[in-house]
Amino acid sequence: MRIALFVTCLNDALFPQAGIATVTVLERLGHTVEFPAAQTCCGQMHANTGYAAPARELERGVEAVFAGHDAIVSPSGSCVAHLRTHTGLPVYELSELLVDVLGSIDVGASFPHRVTYHPTCHGLRVLRLRDRPLRLLAAVRRLELVDLPESEQCCGFGGTFALKNAKVSGAMLADKCANAVATGADYLAAADSSCLMHIGGGLARRPGAPRPIHYAEILAATPGSGPVP
Amino acid sequence: MSRQLPIVARTPFPRAAGPQLADAQLRGNLRRATRTIRDKRAAVVAEVPDWELLRDRAAAVKDDVLDRLPQLLAQFEAAATAAGAVVHHAADAARANAVVADLVRAQGVDQVVKVKSMATQEIGLNEALAAVGVTAIETDLAELIVQLAEDTPSHILVPAIHYNRSQIREIFARRMPGFAADSDEPAVLAAAARVYLRRTFLAARVAVCGANFAVAETGSLVIVESEGNGRMCLTLPDTLIAVVGVEKLLPRFADLGDFLRLLPRSSTGERMNPYTSIFTGVTPGDGPQRLHIVLLDNGRTTVAADPVGRAALRCIRCSACLNVCPVYERVGGHAYGSVYPGPIGAILSPQLTGQDAGANRTLPYASTLCGACYDVCPVKINIPEILVHLRQAGKPPAAERAAMGLLAWTMRDRRRWRAALRAARAGGRPLRALTRRGGGRLRRAPWPLSAWTAHRDAPLPAAESFRDWWSRTHGR
Ligand code: SF4
Repeated sequence: MRIALFVTCLNDALFPQAGIATVTVLERLGHTVEFPAAQTCCGQMHANTGYAAPARELERGVEAVFAGHDAIVSPSGSCVAHLRTHTGLPVYELSELLVDVLGSIDVGASFPHRVTYHPTCHGLRVLRLRDRPLRLLAAVRRLELVDLPESEQCCGFGGTFALKNAKVSGAMLADKCANAVATGADYLAAADSSCLMHIGGGLARRPGAPRPIHYAEILAATPGSGPVP
Repeated sequence: MSRQLPIVARTPFPRAAGPQLADAQLRGNLRRATRTIRDKRAAVVAEVPDWELLRDRAAAVKDDVLDRLPQLLAQFEAAATAAGAVVHHAADAARANAVVADLVRAQGVDQVVKVKSMATQEIGLNEALAAVGVTAIETDLAELIVQLAEDTPSHILVPAIHYNRSQIREIFARRMPGFAADSDEPAVLAAAARVYLRRTFLAARVAVCGANFAVAETGSLVIVESEGNGRMCLTLPDTLIAVVGVEKLLPRFADLGDFLRLLPRSSTGERMNPYTSIFTGVTPGDGPQRLHIVLLDNGRTTVAADPVGRAALRCIRCSACLNVCPVYERVGGHAYGSVYPGPIGAILSPQLTGQDAGANRTLPYASTLCGACYDVCPVKINIPEILVHLRQAGKPPAAERAAMGLLAWTMRDRRRWRAALRAARAGGRPLRALTRRGGGRLRRAPWPLSAWTAHRDAPLPAAESFRDWWSRTHGR
C-alpha cells in the first residue's frame, strides 16, 4: 500500500527518530512510504492558543500538500486529532493504520526492555485509540509491559499551557513522573512527541526514572537494529 | 451597584493558582474528595446502557430551549401566574437583588433561610441582603460550613470540598451557636448542624431558593437535593422567593425524566437523589402562600446569541467536570475567582461578564484541553471547543503575538521552514556539545523559556532533521 507520511513539524525539527521509526516499520511490512516535502505544520498550536487565522492557513496548506493521497499516517495523536477535526483528509495515527487498515498487530519487532505506556489525551479522548497501541506493544518480542498508575490523567503539557500556567503544569508533571518512576520501567512510551518532550524533560531530572520513547521506535526495533538512543 | 459580582476573578488565574498549589493540605483534601466522587460517578454511569442516548437527548432539549427562549419564558410566566405565583424579570444582578430585598422587607423580617442555589451565589444575594439589614442563613450543610467560616465556596456541589472534617469541627466550635462536640465524626457534626438548623427552620417566615429546572408547560419549579433542608425551606415558611436563571427552562414536563436520571448520577454519583421537590404556584392552606419567581438574565441572552459559546448554557450544574479536571484537582475552586469554578467556570464566568471583567480573560487558558470534562458532561458541552473559541477573542501580549506570527509565516512555506530547521540545527550545535553529558538537553534557559526549564529540561534541535534524513536515505 502507498502511504503518505505527515511527520509533523515537532518531529521534523526535534524528534526525527519518531518519523524514521514510522518509515522503518511500514517499509519492513512491505509498504511504500511517500514524504511530500512541501509539508510543514498542521496549525494545532496556533489554533489551540487562539490564533484561528494563521491556523486555518496552515490547515489549508496541509490539505493542498496531501490532496489525492488515500492514506496519510502520522506518529502524533494530537496532530491527527487536529487534522481530523479541521480538514477532510484521510489521516491515521500510526496504530489506527496498523491495526484497522493494515491488520498488522505483530510488526516483527523485538525490544528486550520493561516498558510502560502513557495514553495521551488526544489519542485517548479525541481519536479513541483505546488499546490499539497496547496491542501492538504486547506483540513485541521480549518486551515486558507494565501498567502506568493513573495513566489516563493528563500529563500537564497542553501546548502553550505549559508556559502560560507553568506552575500548574509543573504540578501535573510531577505526579505523572512519580507514577512513571513507580513502575520501575526502563522506558515510558507514548504516541505523541509533544507530550513526551514535556514528560521526558521532567523524567530527565529524576534519577532512575524511565526514559521517554515514541512507541513507533519500539515497533521499529529488531534484534539487529542496535541500541535505542 | 459598584460591588463586583462573585463571578469576576480579581487575580489572573496563573497567579491565583500559586498559593493554592503550595497548600499541601488543600491538595490532599481535593485529591481525596474528587477521586471519591469521580469513581462513584463512573460506577453508576456504567450501569446505564443508554447513557449516550440520554446525553444526546438532553443536549437537544437544552438547545431547543435556547432557540426559543423568549417564547418559552412567556409560556412559563403564563402558567406560573395562572397557578398563583408572581413572576418578576431581572436583567442583571443588581435588579434581581433589589427585587428580592424589597420582597423580603415587605414581609417585615430580618432573617431568611436559603436553599443552596448557584443563581443567588452568582448575584451575591446574601451580601446584598446584609446591606439592607437582612441575614440570609444557608441551610445546606456544606454551604453552611462555608458561611460560618466567612469563606467562599470552592465547588458547585460540595462548596466546602477544600476542608476536611477536623477543619470543619474547628469552624463549628468557633462559629456555631451552642456547638459543644469534641468529635469530628461526620455523624456528630451533621447532628450538631441539624439541631442548629431545626431551630432556624421553625422560626423562618421567608425562604429563598433557586431551581434546577423550570417547566414552561406547567409553570413548575423543580429542586433536587440530598439533605432534606430544601424540603423544609420549601414547605415551612409562608413566603418563598425563587431566583431562577432563564436557561433553567425545560419545554415539557415529560422532559424532566431524562434530566432526573442524568443529574444525580453525574453529580453525587447516586442512582437517584434523596429529595426531589416539584411545586407549581400556590396551594391554599398548604405550604407557602406567596410564591415569587425572579427570572434572572444577567448576561445569558448575550451568551445565547454566540453560536459556539451558547452551549455553556446547557449546563445543569452537576459539577462532574470539576471532579475530573486535572487542573481543578490541583488548584481548587478559589483560584478561578468565581462561584463557578473548574471547566464550566472557565467558559461560563467570562461569557456572563464579558471577557474584559477583572481577570476573567485568563480563565479560558486554565486548561490543557485534555477533554476529560467533555467526556463526563451529561449535556455534552464541548468545553475544550468553547475554551479555544474564547481564546480566539483573547488579547495576548504583543511579544506572544509576534512570535506566533513569525512561526506561522515560517511554516507557511517549505523553503523558509527548511532554512529555519538548518539555522536551529546550527545554533544547537555548540549547545549539544556543552550538554553532551546531560543527554543533549537544556537544564536552564533564559526568559521566556525559563517558564519551561523551571520544571523540565528542554530538548535541542536534532543533529539531522527528519527531512534531511529523508533526502539522504530516500532522496532523488
Ligand atoms: S458543564 Fe456539564 S459536567 Fe460541568 S457542571 Fe455543567 S453539566 Fe455538569
